[in-house]
Amino acid sequence: MSNIQPSTVLPGLRFKQRFPLLSLIIERFLLSLVLLFAVSVLIFGGLEALPGDFATTYLGQSATPQAVANIRTELGLNRPVTTRYFEWLGNAVRGDFGTSWASKNSVSEQIGKRLGNSLFLAACAAVISVPLAVGLGMLAVHFRNRLPDKIINVISLAAISLPEFFIGYLLILFFGVKFGIATFPATVYDGMDFIDRLKAIALPTATLVLVVLAHMMRMTRAAILSVMSSAYMETAELKGLSAFRAIVKHAAPNALAPIINVVALNLAYLIVGVVVVEVVFVYPGMGQYMVDAVTVRDMPVVQACGLIFAAVYILLNMVADILAIVANPRLRHPR
Amino acid sequence: MKDYTKHLASRVTSGGLSRREFMGRAMAAGMTLALADQLFTESAVAAEPKRGGHLKLGLEGGAATDSKDPAKFLSQFMFCVGRCWGDMLVESHPLTGAAVPALAESWEPSKDAVTWTFKIRKGVKFHNGKDLTIDDVVATLKRHTDSKSESGALGVMKSIKDIKADGDSLVLTLTEGNADMPLLLSDYHLVIQPNGGNDDPLASIGTGPYKLVSFEPGVRATFEKNKDDWRTDRGYVDTVEIIGMNDATARIAALSSGQVHYINRVDPKTVDLLKRAPNVEILSTAGRGHYVFIMHCTTAPFDNNDLRLALKYAMDRETMVKKILGGYGKVGNDFPINSTYALFPEGIEQRVYDPDKAAFHYKKSGHDGSVLLRTSEVAFPGAVDAAVLYQESCKKAGINIEVKREPGDGYWTNVWNVQPFSTSYWGGRPTQDQMYSTAYLSTADWNDTRFKRPDFDKLLLQARSELDEAKRKELYRAMAMMVRDEGGVILPMFNDFVNASTKQVKGYVHDIGNDMSNGYVATRVWLES
Repeated sequence: MSNIQPSTVLPGLRFKQRFPLLSLIIERFLLSLVLLFAVSVLIFGGLEALPGDFATTYLGQSATPQAVANIRTELGLNRPVTTRYFEWLGNAVRGDFGTSWASKNSVSEQIGKRLGNSLFLAACAAVISVPLAVGLGMLAVHFRNRLPDKIINVISLAAISLPEFFIGYLLILFFGVKFGIATFPATVYDGMDFIDRLKAIALPTATLVLVVLAHMMRMTRAAILSVMSSAYMETAELKGLSAFRAIVKHAAPNALAPIINVVALNLAYLIVGVVVVEVVFVYPGMGQYMVDAVTVRDMPVVQACGLIFAAVYILLNMVADILAIVANPRLRHPR
Repeated sequence: MKDYTKHLASRVTSGGLSRREFMGRAMAAGMTLALADQLFTESAVAAEPKRGGHLKLGLEGGAATDSKDPAKFLSQFMFCVGRCWGDMLVESHPLTGAAVPALAESWEPSKDAVTWTFKIRKGVKFHNGKDLTIDDVVATLKRHTDSKSESGALGVMKSIKDIKADGDSLVLTLTEGNADMPLLLSDYHLVIQPNGGNDDPLASIGTGPYKLVSFEPGVRATFEKNKDDWRTDRGYVDTVEIIGMNDATARIAALSSGQVHYINRVDPKTVDLLKRAPNVEILSTAGRGHYVFIMHCTTAPFDNNDLRLALKYAMDRETMVKKILGGYGKVGNDFPINSTYALFPEGIEQRVYDPDKAAFHYKKSGHDGSVLLRTSEVAFPGAVDAAVLYQESCKKAGINIEVKREPGDGYWTNVWNVQPFSTSYWGGRPTQDQMYSTAYLSTADWNDTRFKRPDFDKLLLQARSELDEAKRKELYRAMAMMVRDEGGVILPMFNDFVNASTKQVKGYVHDIGNDMSNGYVATRVWLES
């Protein structure tokens, strides 16, 4: 790269040279936007292709052709798809997701509440599970192939093998029904104070922690172990560092990239993938909201949820990529 | 008779019947004065309704898409919510299903049952303090009959030609005579709202026993007692909380841990397990809902009545009730009416499983090869199992049924009322006329068996405007026979409404009208401490 004279370099390229990290981030960001746009087309197209439409599904057996026709006209379902798509996209960009066809409530407002609930639950689960997973992972490496490692492995494998609804039911059975020490159902609502809210989400949080813990823990363990076999770890050992110090100071930083990736993936899951847990615990989050809407083909809601879910996934993946680049000096300067 | 007096006694207990009314009815049912008097005192003392407390219901059926507009009530959740805050003009009697006064005090038909005059109750206040007037009633009915309306009651109301006020009375003019008009007004969509709800359909202001305090669609609704309620025989608890719980296991867990007092939709498969919980009571009520196997009478091979009969005889109804409903139901007789309807045609022979007769009719039909039956879990709970059971019972008659399991999503759009042989369900209707008009009249929108018979239509219209009950009963009997022997519906069972409560809940009324004590559960029960 040093062979190229600065004067002959295009302005864009010069920027890229001078701020390699920043330009990488910008590139990733633009790519994410393109991706999000593509997803919006997919969501809209996919929903159009779904069998049945809102009018008939919503009214169900009590529908009369008259009522069905009334609803179709009112919602403008007779207009062409492309017109409706660009109208929707234009509004969505400005943060207006329209009103729900079924309840006539503002979708943005409803999502504000629901997303808040989902984020709250996800955040609580993340705050507990991420440090716990990384810590346990390091512990497992430290005691690898000895009893603590085996115990951690067996328990995490058991937790990952059970479907989440089953873990949920078990927790409800023991802590809700048998001992009666936990709050169930985990319904939260406006005006609930913070302590009650925390109590209400104790069981779903515990379920989520158990569900995502194993994945992150095992990835941490594997990543650190693979680093441990490299030459510089041998050096560290030879120069007399304690095993734990060697793991924390030398192995862990170099294993960060894969750990960050798996953590990001699990965080995304905590926000967008917990429908079953929400249903089991009667928790009013985004997943439940979207499922209800899909059932009656309430398009504005489904589209908004789909777009937000996609955005969360893309954002977290982007952050993970960027952090991985930051963590790894070699990736910072692409050749 | 014993059941009837028991019911009367329970209504005394729940405060629904005054002494005078009770004595009158008990004696009419053949009781002596002294006995009736004693029974009244006993039941009045035995379980005097207790006031106060916070009632929590965990109900299936709520969704984030629920609307507070009564015209758009669809889910079980909203059905129950609406019954808490609103009143209709007419209610149905919990035991007999007959029309009883609510916001309309009394009514009078013209001789041909075309014009109906309803006297509107005085001294009733809406939650916002406004008096109920005849204008509110007229506006409400007009909103639900407007052809541009999205009201769920539009189908029920389309026979009303004119709605007007005559002093303090409501006068309805119908397109044709209808002896059941008062009952139709008990439809749960027809909540009387101030100015008919035209100003703000979502305001949830009514005349009911509870005022809506907070509402989050699909999540939770809370109520407080309406201090100015015009009735004293309801609304015993101070506050009501209805929580949406769509997961069956979650409902059961919430009930058995005492977090809620009442749940709906108990799965027949797990009801025996739930029964073992010490503080739980199973509340099973006979209802009008039924599960059906529907054949299109106009599509080959189902256009052959012998094939239809063969398929009817090949249905093992007893086993269906036992296996699919867990015993919580009654066998059907291939017509959509059971004894919970007023004017039920008694004495029609029960059709039973008869492989020989099935084989005979099957041979006579000339059809061979397999018959394709489409089903899905959403058709009714256990529909796929029911289809497989049916396949087995058909096998013994030499009929080969091919069961195709369809995705639940889109089942009501793509399979039901489209494909010639499928599984489905019907909820009950307040009257026989309405049930037949919805699904068996030639021109009915949801004639899902393609049963098109001018002679049947004629009987239906004749019965509709007939005010003489004995004559009507005869007509309904003829119609039932026609559907049973020539129709396209195989009706193996009527499902009970299976709900459950904690033992704290008292005064539950087993209402034959609809599920959850016809939606009135929160307004009728009280809590024993």
